[in-house]
Amino acid sequence: MSTAYDDAATQLGRAHSAEPVDQREPASPIPAEIAQTLELAWAEAAGLKGWLGSVDHKVIGIRYLVTAFAFLVIGGLEALTMRVQLAGPNSDLLSPEQYNQLFSMHGVTMIFLYALPILSGFSNYLWPLMLGNRDMAFPRLNALSYWLFLAAGAFLYVSFPLGAAPNSGWFDYVPQASAEFNPGPNIDVYCAGLIFLGISTTVGSANFIVTLLRMRAPGMSINRLPIIVWGTLTASVANLFAIPAVSLACLMLFMDRNLGTHFFEIGGGGQPLLWQHLFWMFGHPWVYAIVLPAMGMVSDALPVHCRRPLVGYTLVAMATVATMVVGFGVWVHHMFATGLPTLAMSFFSAASFVIAIPSAISVFAWIATIGTGRARITTPFLFFTSVILLFVIGGVSGVMTASLALDWQLTDTYFVVAHLHYVLIGINLFAVVGAIYHWFPKMTGRMMDERTGKWIFALMFSGFNIAFLPMHLLGLLGMPRRVYTYGAGMGFSGTNLVITIGAFLFALALLWFFIEIARARVSGRFAGPNPWDGPTLEWATTSPPPVYNFGIIPLVASRHPLWEERLDESNSDRSLFAEGFLLDRDKETIAVTPLDGEPDVILKMPCDSWLPAALALALLVLFGGMLLMSPWIGGVGLLGVLVILALWFQPHSAPADEEEVRVYG
Amino acid sequence: MAEPRTLEQTLPVHGQGLVGTPWWGMLCVIATEGVLFAYLIFSYAYLATQGPAAHWPPTGGPPSLAIAIPATIVLLASSGTAEWGKRAARARRVLTARLAYGLTIILGLLFIALSMKEWSDKPFGLNENSYSSIYFLLTGTHLTHVAAGIVALVVALVWSLQGRIHAGHEQHRTLVTLYWHFIDAVWLFVFATIYLGPRLA
Repeated sequence: MSTAYDDAATQLGRAHSAEPVDQREPASPIPAEIAQTLELAWAEAAGLKGWLGSVDHKVIGIRYLVTAFAFLVIGGLEALTMRVQLAGPNSDLLSPEQYNQLFSMHGVTMIFLYALPILSGFSNYLWPLMLGNRDMAFPRLNALSYWLFLAAGAFLYVSFPLGAAPNSGWFDYVPQASAEFNPGPNIDVYCAGLIFLGISTTVGSANFIVTLLRMRAPGMSINRLPIIVWGTLTASVANLFAIPAVSLACLMLFMDRNLGTHFFEIGGGGQPLLWQHLFWMFGHPWVYAIVLPAMGMVSDALPVHCRRPLVGYTLVAMATVATMVVGFGVWVHHMFATGLPTLAMSFFSAASFVIAIPSAISVFAWIATIGTGRARITTPFLFFTSVILLFVIGGVSGVMTASLALDWQLTDTYFVVAHLHYVLIGINLFAVVGAIYHWFPKMTGRMMDERTGKWIFALMFSGFNIAFLPMHLLGLLGMPRRVYTYGAGMGFSGTNLVITIGAFLFALALLWFFIEIARARVSGRFAGPNPWDGPTLEWATTSPPPVYNFGIIPLVASRHPLWEERLDESNSDRSLFAEGFLLDRDKETIAVTPLDGEPDVILKMPCDSWLPAALALALLVLFGGMLLMSPWIGGVGLLGVLVILALWFQPHSAPADEEEVRVYG
Repeated sequence: MAEPRTLEQTLPVHGQGLVGTPWWGMLCVIATEGVLFAYLIFSYAYLATQGPAAHWPPTGGPPSLAIAIPATIVLLASSGTAEWGKRAARARRVLTARLAYGLTIILGLLFIALSMKEWSDKPFGLNENSYSSIYFLLTGTHLTHVAAGIVALVVALVWSLQGRIHAGHEQHRTLVTLYWHFIDAVWLFVFATIYLGPRLA
């Protein structure tokens, strides 16, 4: 059938119009008589408390996005500085020590402070809207997770202006990172900072898991979840299991450096390889944690632009989980050159080949979705399809390095740099930019410009490939990673200059993208509730959504609640929007049973609170004390943490055990 | 005519046990903390088998059980008293519940005292070698968890004496007791690693 979308879509590319793209009423109505009550219960407090103490998942989600983009800019500037240094041979713009700090902080920033937080931002913003609920399971924990991320990010940069930033790479191998060879504060900042950041990620992950289990609309059973929910859920479970490894490794290294223990120091019976095992037991699952939610965004948003449901939903969901399960068994492929027994390495090599299978399932599902759909060449569509191409290139170079024999030739060369940037930028950043174009209208109520969007895509895609495709060649020629310069007669010069030019084009595209965001924020065309005509629940409410998301909590009957008429599943039930749970007595919402999504319990949600920001501050003091080895500062921080935790969990006058249900309709 | 209505059916508010969300949150805490101990035990085993030390432990034979066994019994008993306290409170026997939780705190403190005694009896310090490092880190991490559990129990007991926690706050008692059981269960793995492991080798 012809839809409002088709009309709206044809208008998208045209001149600016005062009319919103989607002129329909939101599918989930908010009658005036209930809007006022809900607004009163859910609105943020006025002034500083409302700002510092906000527990609204949408506010926190956008803060995550903005902060992560800020770190992307910082990490990007570090990369550009290195590219200027490497543009020609024997350059002395940077000293070797400065170069060490820049590539270390570039890795730390991009991997820890951009790649996962940006996805947490999307998930934070989108989850409750997609799941048809009013907030996350633990709103204050959500705020805490953000403040800790911000504090830990600042903490990791505390020694940067002093010229003593972490300088042993983002994976920080001992003995290079030991006190004997690296005596400054550089590595102590790294160790304390990563433990600190780990708390943020852990509490955030626990929140996603419990939210998935409980905070959904009635009827939102697990076979109806959007794929981004599967992706973030899988990543969150993995984080709970992986982060203790790196926190422990960092604690051990901190103790080796400051308390004279012998975990990694061979003279005292320690074993340097223990660091690599613990680091990569964390590191490899983490690599999947920073791509699976992004792949989920592609799986959810690409079909909208192809105007058909995702091909192979169940397979893609299962492949997401399978990728992570296998992802816990491949860490040794980062250690092929460390002299481990060949038999052990063969198993990890085999597992690394096997993991290509679940990864490829998503790729084939996306291709089939495009092939069998009626694709519209929008900006998000271009970014999402480029994810497929870049993922395949990065995947193939990944399968190559999974081979033991080939890896010995390629390890520590630019081939690996090319591989990891194809997978991380290809799957993470290209998906993120596409997702901003796709969900920006929901977040702000305004569209981003399509015409410039396509130019930005062209510039970003070509800049990226000019920068990173030649790195494969450099690696095959033998140019080593993490070396600050190279000689004039080595045959690397011309290629490196091309790479630097590509990097600047890529950066220019990102700058343009940020300008476009600022412009669209002010003067973009109004979107209306569902400008792309998406099928999932976030498009059922207004753009931007009210603070309580849904006036009437929807009752979900299918995987595509807004496409039910079109998909003509005539014998099946229809999702209900105009009648359902109202829950307007207070700031309250519904929790459901974990598997079937049956309404189970009414939750009274917490209001704005100082506690999350205060707890983050107390932990900052605690970790500052750790860094300075000062029991007094650390003790003050610890005391603060305990007092705030007691306030956090203090019993409120017990509410009634049961409550009569308020409904609408 | 669509309008807001109040139904006669009721739903629990917040809910207790598996029905509430905090229980699932605590499960996540326990999962990630349990995994932390798994990585610690992995590190112990790795240093024992892959490190340069010829004997393990390098400082004499397996550690003595003279204090470890009584300490283990004390800690297991404290799990029993915590469970007793939870059930007594559920049956509205407030005094018994306070007594049982008070006993749990005392047993927990006794466990810490015994561990401190064992630590001070050791002929080696933290930075002697890789064994001493992982020994103190593994037992120290566990002791930190015991201490955190005691702080939580003390705070809850004070709240109870102040009358701020009462019959309706089942969730508080459930969570603190669940965490305490976790600390005990983890000790069994720590105990097996440090005291039984070297005897099997």
